[in-house]
Amino acid sequence: MSVTAAPALPFGAALAAARPGEPSWLAALRAAARERFVAVGLPTTRDEEWRFTPVAPLGKLEIGLPAAPGTLRPEALAPHDFDPAWPRIVVVDGRFEQALSRLPDSAAGIRVLPLSRAIAEGVPEVEKHLAKTVAPEATPFSALNAAAFTDGLLVVVPKGADPGQPIQFLHVATDASADALLAPRLLVVVGEGARATITESYLSLTTQRHVTTTVAELVVGRNATVEHIRVQRETDAAWHVGFTAVDQARDSHYRSFALSMGAHLARHNLHAHLSDENIETLLYGLSLTRGEQVSDTHSAIHHDHPNCNSWEVYKGVLDDRSRVVFNGKVLVDPIAQKTDAKQTNRNLLLSEDARVDTKPQLEIFADDVRCTHGATIGKLNEQQRYYLQSRGIAGAQAEQLLVWAFAAEVMTEILQPTVRKALEADVHARLGEMTG
Amino acid sequence: MSLLQITDLHAAVDEVEILKGISLTVNPGEVHAIMGPNGSGKSTLAQVLAGHPSYEVTGGSVTLDGEDLLEMEAEERAWAGVFLAFQYPVEIPGVTNAYFLRQAYNEIRKARGLDEIDPIDFIDLLEEKLKVVEWGPEIMERAVNFGFSGGEKKRNEILQMAVLEPKLAILDETDSGLDIDALRIVANGVNRLRRPDSATIVVTHYQRLLNFIVPDYVHVLAGGRIIRSGGKELALELEEKGYEWLTGPEAAVAS
Ligand SMILES: Nc1ncnc2c1ncn2[C@@H]1O[C@H](COP(=O)(O)OP(=O)(O)OP(=O)(O)O)[C@@H](O)[C@H]1O
Ligand SMILES: [Mg+2]
Repeated sequence: MSVTAAPALPFGAALAAARPGEPSWLAALRAAARERFVAVGLPTTRDEEWRFTPVAPLGKLEIGLPAAPGTLRPEALAPHDFDPAWPRIVVVDGRFEQALSRLPDSAAGIRVLPLSRAIAEGVPEVEKHLAKTVAPEATPFSALNAAAFTDGLLVVVPKGADPGQPIQFLHVATDASADALLAPRLLVVVGEGARATITESYLSLTTQRHVTTTVAELVVGRNATVEHIRVQRETDAAWHVGFTAVDQARDSHYRSFALSMGAHLARHNLHAHLSDENIETLLYGLSLTRGEQVSDTHSAIHHDHPNCNSWEVYKGVLDDRSRVVFNGKVLVDPIAQKTDAKQTNRNLLLSEDARVDTKPQLEIFADDVRCTHGATIGKLNEQQRYYLQSRGIAGAQAEQLLVWAFAAEVMTEILQPTVRKALEADVHARLGEMTG
Repeated sequence: MSLLQITDLHAAVDEVEILKGISLTVNPGEVHAIMGPNGSGKSTLAQVLAGHPSYEVTGGSVTLDGEDLLEMEAEERAWAGVFLAFQYPVEIPGVTNAYFLRQAYNEIRKARGLDEIDPIDFIDLLEEKLKVVEWGPEIMERAVNFGFSGGEKKRNEILQMAVLEPKLAILDETDSGLDIDALRIVANGVNRLRRPDSATIVVTHYQRLLNFIVPDYVHVLAGGRIIRSGGKELALELEEKGYEWLTGPEAAVAS
C-alpha cells in the first residue's frame, strides 16, 4: 500500500471501471448495486454480522481492478486440476482465459461458459437468474460483487440432463492482482431431475495482497441432485469474502463441501433456501488456519416448507494465533413442520493462542420439528493420545494421526471420489505442516 | 533372568496412594492371573506398567528384561514389548483399524532398527492375524473401536496384540462383557500367541476365563497389596469362598 490518505470511496477505482457493451438490464443492475454499496459502505465490527471479522481496513486501501491479467505457465495449474479430462473454466485475475480452459461441447443442451460470454450471447438463464438468489443488497460485498464482477462461470444443465463429469471452475490470482479487486461470479442452473457436480477453486500464484469477493448462485430444480465443492486456498496475504446461495425446489438434493485454508481473512456466507417440500440440504466444511489467519463461516438455512432435512457439519483446525468464526443460523417458519435440522460445529485447537467464536442461531417457529445443534472447541483428546502411545505411536506421529482423524471424518462427506482423494492429500499435507 | 520384576511398587493418583507395595516376579513363558475386589488397584497396576502419565510412582522399581521400565515413556514400553489390553479401549473416529495397526507395527519396527513393512506384506500379515480372532477383513476399514460393541472392542485389543506380538501382555478384564463364543475366541487367541519367551498377566474377576487360559500363578490384590499368591487352585477357592475369606474380619482373626 503506497497511499496514506483514505480514498473517498472504498473500491472506488474498481467501481468506476467502464463496462462497454453490456445489456441495459445488467447496466441497471450494476448501477443499483453500486449505489447500494456506496450507501452502506464496508461493515465494521460494530455490525453484529461482522463482529469478529474486521474488514473495515480494506476501506483504507486504494483498490482497482487488475490492469491486465497476468500470465502463467499452464503447468502451474496442474496440481489444481482434479482431472485433466473434466471441463474447466479458468479465470485469471478476474478474466476468462480461453487458452487455459476446456469448454465441453454443448451436448444435450448443457451449457458451460464463462459468464462474460454467456452475457454477450444473451443466454436467457443469465438475465432470468442473475442476482436473484444472492440479492445485491444481501451484504455490502454482494453489492460490491454485483457492481464490479468481471467474469465467472455459467452452467446450465437442462431438465433430465447429466454432464457425466464434474465441471471445474478455477480462479487464479497472479502478481497482476496486487492490491486489486477480483470479483468472479458463478451462476449454476440445474433443471428438473438433472444432476451436476461443480468444483469451485480459488488460488493464488502470487504472495501479493489481493481482495477477492465472490458470489455463487445455484438454482436447483425439482428432484435435481447437485454436489458442490468449494476450495479457498488463496495466499496468506489475500482478503477473501465469498457468498454462496442455493435455492432448492421440491425433492431436490444439494450437498456442499467448503474447504477454507487460505487468505489472511476469509469470510464465507452460505445460504440455503429450502423453498418447497421434501428437500435435502447437506452442508459440510473444514477450515485450516495458522499464523494470523481468520476464517469465518456464516451459514443460514431457511426452512419455509414442511418435511425437509438439513444437516450441517463444519470443523476447524487452528494453530498459532489464528481464529475461526462460525455462525449457524437455522430459520424454521411456522409452516415448516416435520423439519429435521442438525447442526454441528467442532474445532480443534493446536495452540493456546488460537481462538474460536462459534454461535448457533436457531429460530424455530414450528412445533413439530427436530432441530439440534452442538458446538465444541477442544484440544487433542489425551485418552486417545495415550492409547496411541501405548501402541508405540507417539509425539508428532500421534498428533498428526489424531489431527488427521479429526479432519478426515468430515472429508469423507465429499462424494466425488477423485475430488475427495485430491483434497484429502492437500489437507493431509497442510496438517503435516501445522503439526510437524 | 526374570522377564518382569516388580519390587515394592508404590503408586498414587491425584496424591491418593493406590498401590501400597507390590512385588511380583514373572518369568518367560508364564501366565499370571491377578484377581481381587473392585477398586483394589488391578487396573492401576496395569496402567502403571503400561506408563499412563496420570499415575505417579512413589516408590519401588520395575524392570523388564533387566531394564528400568519406570524410566520409559509409554511408547518406549510398547517398543520394548509391553502391551496392555485396556479394560476400556479408546475410540478413535476417523482412523481405520488398518491404518492404525500398520502405523503401530511400523513404529515398533522402527524403534527396533527395522525397516517399515511393505504395505502389501502387511495385508498378508493382517489376514493371518485376523484368523486369531476369527474376524473377516471388513473390520480393518472401520474406525478404531468407533461404534464397536463392548465385546468387539475387547476382541480388537486381542487383534492388536496378535499383530504387535508383545513380550509382556497385560489383559485387563478382557473377558468382561464377552459372550461365551467371544470368550472362547479371545482365550484361544491368547493361547495361540503364547511363546516360550513371552509372558501374560491376566486381570480377571472370573474363574471361567482361567479354564481357557490356565495360569501358572494366581495373585489376589486387595487394598493395593498382593495379599495371597498361589497356583491355579487358588482361583477355584476364591470362586467358592469369595474375597471375604481373605479380606474380611475372619481373615483378620485368622492372621
Ligand atoms: N483420580 C483418582 N483419584 C482418587 N482415587 C482414584 C482415582 N482414580 C482411581 N482411583 C481409585 O483407585 C482405586 C483403584 O482403582 P482400579 O481401577 O485400579 O481398581 P480395579 O482393581 O481395577 O477395580 P475393578 O475391578 O473395578 O476394575 C479405586 O478405589 C479408585 O476409586
Ligand atoms: Mg479395573
